[in-house]
Order: sequence, then structure tokens, then C-alpha cells
Amino acid sequence: MNPVIDLNNSLPLARPELLLVAFALIGAVLGAWFKDRAFGALSLLGVICIAGAGLLALAWSPGAAVEIFQGAMVVDGVGVFAKVLIGLAAAATLALGADYFTTTKEQRFEFPVLVALATLGMFVMVSAQDLISLYVGVELQSLAAYVLAAWRRDDARSSEAGLKYFVLSAISSGLLLFGSSFVYGFTGSIRFDAIAAAVGEGAGGIGLLFGLVLMLCALGFKMSAAPFHMWTPDVYEGAPTPITAFFAAAPKVAAVALMARLLYEPFAEMTPQWQQVVAALAAISMVWGSVAALVQTNLKRLMAYSSIGNMGFALMGLAAGGEQGASSALIYLALYLPATVGMFALILAMRRDGQPAETVADLAGLAQKRPWMASLFTMLLFSVAGIPPFAGFIGKLAVFTAAVAGHLYWLAILGGVAAVVAAAYYLRLIASMWFAAPAAQLQAPSGTIMVTALASAALTFPVLVLLLGALQGWAENAVRMSF
Amino acid sequence: MEVTLFHYLIVAAALFTIGVFGIFVNRKNVIIILMSIELVLLSVNINLVAFSAHLQNLEGQIFAMMVLTVAAAEAAVGLAILVTYFRNRGNIAVEDINQMRG
Repeated sequence: MNPVIDLNNSLPLARPELLLVAFALIGAVLGAWFKDRAFGALSLLGVICIAGAGLLALAWSPGAAVEIFQGAMVVDGVGVFAKVLIGLAAAATLALGADYFTTTKEQRFEFPVLVALATLGMFVMVSAQDLISLYVGVELQSLAAYVLAAWRRDDARSSEAGLKYFVLSAISSGLLLFGSSFVYGFTGSIRFDAIAAAVGEGAGGIGLLFGLVLMLCALGFKMSAAPFHMWTPDVYEGAPTPITAFFAAAPKVAAVALMARLLYEPFAEMTPQWQQVVAALAAISMVWGSVAALVQTNLKRLMAYSSIGNMGFALMGLAAGGEQGASSALIYLALYLPATVGMFALILAMRRDGQPAETVADLAGLAQKRPWMASLFTMLLFSVAGIPPFAGFIGKLAVFTAAVAGHLYWLAILGGVAAVVAAAYYLRLIASMWFAAPAAQLQAPSGTIMVTALASAALTFPVLVLLLGALQGWAENAVRMSF
Repeated sequence: MEVTLFHYLIVAAALFTIGVFGIFVNRKNVIIILMSIELVLLSVNINLVAFSAHLQNLEGQIFAMMVLTVAAAEAAVGLAILVTYFRNRGNIAVEDINQMRG
């Protein structure tokens, strides 16, 4: 197609991405002009633009998959589904962060700009249709995330978190690229459709498999699946809490959606080969995420292991293969996301004398001091633990059903055991909140935090289970349109 | 002896391995880790260009250009983080990056 005509056709479909680009560029200029006085206004505008980008993707979602920019990217069901989740999660964590940094007087205007750039990277990741846009999307997200992790320039722990994240993530980028180069070399193209055609004709062999496994390891790294999780606890602990909340929510969706696209589009014909690798990642993540969390005393480290375990469950859905596998992973993420954002909102709310209270011991007796906070926290923990009738149960049910349907019985049994072990540490937190002797008094939480926590808890509440039918239909249609 | 695709792949794999070892075995200095990261990314470029020439297909060379550009951005961000780390801690020895454990 004529490049000019293609560009004219593509730009309207790329409205969500263009909105993020416009905000990031204008925000950077305004920030340079008004300095940090622009923080409040830019954060508000950022929340609107990022949530708006997610909703724009939904509003203008096409009826069938459309390739844009000469096939570099695609607008389709899974992309739209992931963009809505990413946009809403990133906007919520940006709002929490703006609120938090205002109370700690760290109002630097780069924060909303960097969050918007990371979100843009995630949007590119989930709509990538060739290896170059895949790589550029991953790097755009990662580069913004390194800077965010090292956000507190005068705090040794934050700098250390940024440095660790940078070094380990750079290795995974190297693996991703080395794998990509083999995929390119053995299939003769970087385009997903051409790779799929070459794989269908039996191209590649061991070299292609080697490339695919390297790419899967790198993506496992980005989504913090064990055994590539070693950066997660340290970065979660060292980074400022609202930034940890950002890391725990949106990038996970992007990484899982990208892995789903890679596995189900170009490598759909190689399902038996990659199934073992993904199932192994899922099994190790579920087990290690549950067991290692048992001994954590810092809430942020605990949340890190919790996210590792939860990524294991999402990977179990992907490992199952087929339409059901992909849609179950999407449903799992959609239900896991509000619980994570809500829990981080409540962790942010725990402050004493202006200092953050971040250990499990600080939760003791919360129910007596702040019954509302304790009730919300309990609901969110029940949801993440997968206890019915909360929404997390539906997500777990979906991935277990997919695993059984895909004949991965051993993985489903292992997942069941891991879920029980994980429930033990979630229940330990709940018991400490309700039955332990109270720790010192905490400060009253701010309005933004309570609204976010309340909205997240509402999304995990059984009343909204009625909406879950719609969610399931949406996820299944999305997968059918894309793969 | 004719230089074939296979020889280029061997060189790239060797550079990649040296880079990865440089990151994991090195216990002295973070700057060496940054150099190792560059080595890893450049080994990928050798791979891409070798495949591109072998396949008579330009996509790999375009990919290599993108890798070069992103590697420069990555090094810039990495050095900036390293500077803040040095300001806080006063040294950049790898052994001392251990405030958080668990």
C-alpha cells in the first residue's frame, strides 16, 4: 500500500497512543517552563489523558483486527482489552502517586510524564505486530520504569532499587533481542504473520526453538515470573510505594498480553514445544510466590511475592493453550488488577507521624483503630486469595478450568496447593488486623486513597459478579478476534 | 577458508556469553556491568546483520539500527541512575549493593 494512504488510515486508529504522546511531550515542555509548580495540574491532566487513552481504545475498537503503520502494529480485541486495563490501572496509580508525593513534598513534574511514557510503551507492547515494535514497546516501558524506581534521588534505597532494576532488566532485554535475532534468522522475517507462515511450513527447528525460549525467559523477567523474579522484591521494597503500586499493576497486564500475542500468533503452530516452558514458568512462580511470601515481614516485599504467585496463575491460563487459555488469563488479570491497586492504596494510607508504616506488624489491630480500612483490606485480601464469593475466585476458577481443559492436570493440582499456601499468608494478615493487639495510631488516610480503595474493593465485591458474565464474553470475543 | 553465516553466529554467541558472564561474575565495578550490557546488545547486532546478509532481507539491518539507538538511550538512563547511586553511597562497588535482602 502507498505509505501516505497507509499513514492516513493508521493515524485515526492510533488515537489512544497519540493522546499519550501529546500529553508526554506537552507535559515535558510545560514542566520545563513552570518547573514543579506544574505538578498538580499535570498530574490531573495525566490521570485524565491516561484513563482517556484506555477508554478511547474501547470507544473506537474496530469490529475486526486492523493492521496499522504498514503492519507494525495491530488494533484488535486483545489489544483493546489490555489497553483498557492498562489505562485505568495506570491512571489510578498516577492519582495515588500524585496524592502521596503532595503529602511528602516531592512534587516533581517528571512523574506524570514518565508514567504516561511507560503507559505508551505498554500500549505499543500489547499491539505489537512485529519484533521491532515488540522490542521498542518493551524498552519504552522499561526505560521510564528504571527512572521511576530511582525516583528518590537522595535516598540510597531508591537509587539501589533503580540500579538493580536497570542491570537485571538490561540483561533480560539482551535475552529478548538475542532470541528475536534467532527467530528472525530462522524464519526470515520479523513480521508476526510471516513468522507464523514460516513456522507453519516447518521452518526453524532447534534454532527457532532456542530463540523462542530466550524470548519467553525475557518476557517472564518483565512480568516477574519465577525463576526470573529476583529483581522484584528488592525493587518493590526500595522504590517509593506509589511507584511500586504502578509496577505491580499495569506492566503485568502488558507483559502477559504481549506473551499471549507472541505465543498465540506467530508461534501458534509450536504449541506443544512452548507449552512445557510456559507451564514450568507457571509452576515455579506459583510455588515460589506462595512459599517465599510466608516469611516476609515487609508489606511491599510480601506484595512482590504475591504478584509473582499471581503471575504464575495467569501463566497457567496461557500454558493451557487455545482460545480458552488466552481468555482465562485475560479474565484473571482483569480481576486481579483492582485488588492490587486497592491493596497498594491502603498500604499508602498507612502513615504514622508522616513516615510510611510498611511492615506486617504495623497492620496489627487495624480493625480497632480504623474499621473501614480494615474491612476494605480484608475484602481485597480475600479476593486475591481466591476465596468465594469475591471476584478473585472467578479468576482462579477460569484459569483452573482452562488448565484442566488443556489436560495440564499436574499444573492444576500444583496450582491448587499453591493457592492454599498463599491463602495462609493472606489470612495471617487478616488475623493480625482483626485479632492482634493494636499497634500505634495511624494517620487518617486522604480522600483520593479512600476513593481508590473503595472503588477497587467494589470491583472485587460479589454484587459486581453479575458483571462478570459480560467480562467473560468480552474476553472471549477479544481472543477470537485476535488469534 | 570462506567466512560463512555460521562463523558470524559463533562470534556473536561468544560475545553474548562474555557479556552475560561479565554481568554475573564481575564483583568489582558497576561500570563494567554497563560495558557488558553494551557487549550483549552489540553481539545481537552482529547476529542481526549476519542473518540479514545471509537472507538478502533488509529487515534485520533496520532492526540493528533500532537496537543501536535504544542501546544509547539505555546507557544514558543507566549512567544517570549510577550517578544518583554514587552520590548517595560514595562508591559503586558491586559487593556493596545489598541494602535490601530477602
